[in-house]
Amino acid sequence: MRFDDEPVPGYPLPILPGHVSPGRFERVLRAGWFAVTSELAPPDSADPEDVYTRARVFDGCVDAINATDGSGANCHMSSISVCALLTRAGYAPIMQISCRDKNRIAIQGDILGGAAMGVCNMLCLTGDGVQAGDHPQAKPVFDLDCISLLGIARGLRDEHRFQSGRKVTYAPRVFLGAAANPCGSPLDWRPLRLAKKIEAGAQFIQTQYVYDMQRFRDYMRRVEDLGLLDKVFILIGVGPLRSAKAATWMRDNVPGLHIPDEVITRLAGSQDQARAGRDLCVELIQQAHDIKGVSGVHLMAYKMEDAVAEIVQRSGVLAGRTPWYPGRDQFKPENRTAS
Amino acid sequence: MYAVRQWSVRHARGMNAFYGGFESLLVRLAGLWRALGHERLEVPFAFAERQVKGLLFDCQMCGQCVLSATGMSCPMNCPKNLRNGPCGGVRENGNCEVKPHMRCVWVAAFDGARRMPGGVEAMRQVQPAVDRRLEGRSSWLRIVRERTGDTGATSGPTGKPAAAKPVPAKPAGGQS
Repeated sequence: MRFDDEPVPGYPLPILPGHVSPGRFERVLRAGWFAVTSELAPPDSADPEDVYTRARVFDGCVDAINATDGSGANCHMSSISVCALLTRAGYAPIMQISCRDKNRIAIQGDILGGAAMGVCNMLCLTGDGVQAGDHPQAKPVFDLDCISLLGIARGLRDEHRFQSGRKVTYAPRVFLGAAANPCGSPLDWRPLRLAKKIEAGAQFIQTQYVYDMQRFRDYMRRVEDLGLLDKVFILIGVGPLRSAKAATWMRDNVPGLHIPDEVITRLAGSQDQARAGRDLCVELIQQAHDIKGVSGVHLMAYKMEDAVAEIVQRSGVLAGRTPWYPGRDQFKPENRTAS
Repeated sequence: MYAVRQWSVRHARGMNAFYGGFESLLVRLAGLWRALGHERLEVPFAFAERQVKGLLFDCQMCGQCVLSATGMSCPMNCPKNLRNGPCGGVRENGNCEVKPHMRCVWVAAFDGARRMPGGVEAMRQVQPAVDRRLEGRSSWLRIVRERTGDTGATSGPTGKPAAAKPVPAKPAGGQS
């Protein structure tokens, strides 16, 4: 897979008709390929090389990389700066924006700044509560919620206006996303919440970890009944579990995470639990691939990023294509003549 | 009070019906409020509102009440101030991620909404971002102004004359 109009890394692609962003992630989804994204854990460091090292493990197996924004309310390098570094190398980052740490003035500034630095995808999140992280003494901001944030980001892009109504002279060309938790309580409400996010401006969705395929299928059926499937690209969130113990810990400590007992029993009963966790992850991706309305997979492998490439390859969802990475086209003759 | 707040949600249907009557009475008396002056009424109205809604809903006086669209569960009691539904962190037992002993205000809202005619539909409306200037001010007077198209002679959100306040024709972030 190679775009004919592939630019010099770091430069935007032309915006195709019907697209909103100059990014490759939107192109992959709109072209109907099964997209793969993963999550980069931002370093606790000011060294840019730490970001590039973490990005390189995904080379050739993901279409876009999420840069988390103080996930779990822990302090790390900021999302916008990770994105700025990644776009320099040509990567397609998804800039996560949480409402926990910034008010609408700061967030709108970041949307403009991120877009100016080549960020084409933004994921609008509410954010974890500060009590979950390493600075529980901090002030939670929550000036906006993720849905009003989506509306404001869309207003910047489509109406060229800040929330105040003041004009921006060059709008951010961004593909807007949101999160969803298909298996979280209250289950009845989740599809309606998704509908609100779409109405507010979400064009793609990355879900929380899904370990219960039956719940996810029920959710997708209801999403289909609400007529939402052709309005949004849904990427199912999955991740390898390290061990039964780790899974139990996650279930008890990660808010909103649902892991069925069968999963934990299965891991506990296997010789090599980490291996079983990866096998399970591959199976989940393959099952999700066949569910109507699933446009891709979002692989969250916190502290197990090395496993992403193997899981993606084994799942077979890339169907032989190689997502862009720096240097991928270097030895292609057509590119050599161009440079 | 938490127990009263839960009671109010269980009686969302009655609350909503009562409020409907109360609101039309307020609007019918718009002439009186105008004669007395909204700015002069602001303090006693906000005081009364804080007492009544504070008792029934643990009202936080955001000044832009959406209880009718949230099953009579005040969204400002959500530690994240969410106005558009629950975050992804609701516990399996329906309690809050941040305050483990509190029932998620959106789980309560969904319960309340199901008891109210049109409640679930109302919850599906996208609510715009909160205008923090309205905090501490009366929602009731604001409703009267909105329903009657009246400026109340005095009050813009900052207390300046409304006519002097340039209002953008169409705020970009405002949906619904």
